[in-house]
Amino acid sequence: MKVVIMGCGRVGAQLARLLDTEGHQVTVLDTDAYSFRRLPPEFGGTALVGNGLDQEVLKRAGIEEADAFVVVTQGDNRNVMAAQIAKHVFNVPRVICRIYDPLRQEIYQTLGLEAISSTTIFAQILKERLERGERCIS
Amino acid sequence: MYIIVVGGGRVGYYLTKALLDEGHEVLVVEKNAAICETINDELGSICFRGDGCEVATLAEVGTGRADMLIAVTGDDEDNLVACQVAKHKFNVPRTIARIRNPQNEILFKKLGVDVTVGSTNIILEHIEEEVPTHPLTHLFTFSDRGLEIVEVRIPPESTTVGKSVEELSLPEESRLILVIPKEGKPHLATASTILQAGDQIIALTSPETEAQLRATLRGN
Repeated sequence: MKVVIMGCGRVGAQLARLLDTEGHQVTVLDTDAYSFRRLPPEFGGTALVGNGLDQEVLKRAGIEEADAFVVVTQGDNRNVMAAQIAKHVFNVPRVICRIYDPLRQEIYQTLGLEAISSTTIFAQILKERLERGERCIS
Repeated sequence: MYIIVVGGGRVGYYLTKALLDEGHEVLVVEKNAAICETINDELGSICFRGDGCEVATLAEVGTGRADMLIAVTGDDEDNLVACQVAKHKFNVPRTIARIRNPQNEILFKKLGVDVTVGSTNIILEHIEEEVPTHPLTHLFTFSDRGLEIVEVRIPPESTTVGKSVEELSLPEESRLILVIPKEGKPHLATASTILQAGDQIIALTSPETEAQLRATLRGN
């Protein structure tokens, strides 16, 4: 699978590493080259400096041939906009974006974006752990 | 009309001032506390501190009853999201977004923003007008109809000088409106109007056929 990941923060870099290890063709985009320090030395994909809101940059990242686009920058609005460009301009078959704000996530989910609110999910996990009572170390 | 302005920067400030002068009910949503204070001091208590892309903020300022939302922050993505949230969550009938990157004009329209205003394009157009040799100048755009009014100058070396309008095969979407000759009075363009060197032609056209119109009128 050919995947373009926008945002090389902790999540983006981790996802890039996992997909790369499994043999997928990965391109990571970030506006700051310093972010690429998070990629492991054996990373076999492409790291590209550029703003994914710019359609030219997305083309350079190979979005036209990509099977999937994942956007996990720090900005919800940036993620929303990039995801919509990938979906509606480049017709990428699978587009996933992170939206921290649960309310905005809800709206864009109903608008047809595959949006994940890590806030909601993580809060849920914490709550379940607390309710279970016992400490589990994993 | 109740109008919500997202972004209290320079554009937001002067826009709000103009809208207030026209007698509208205006509310500005601005993240920055200092900017909020300035607006409240100078324009009256009309600035709400908050993130205009957030549902909770927009709910609090009564976006549900707004007739229009205008997003004029400096970031295209923030303007897009503010408009989309207003449109899809609060059913605001008209949304206007400021854009910095001209590329986003088509995208924003596709994503449901009613009107986009790009300062880059506007600046370019105004500079174009000041360049005397520029063959075509944009005078006005009806963005919701996909039409524009342009001005084309006929230079003396044009092969169309001396020809009548009906002899030219103008693009179907184009209509010549007015001819302003170098000397003499302006007159309405008709089929029998003869093109003269130095004429300024005011025409209605679609952006797609703009280049064709210019080429046909100037004979190149």
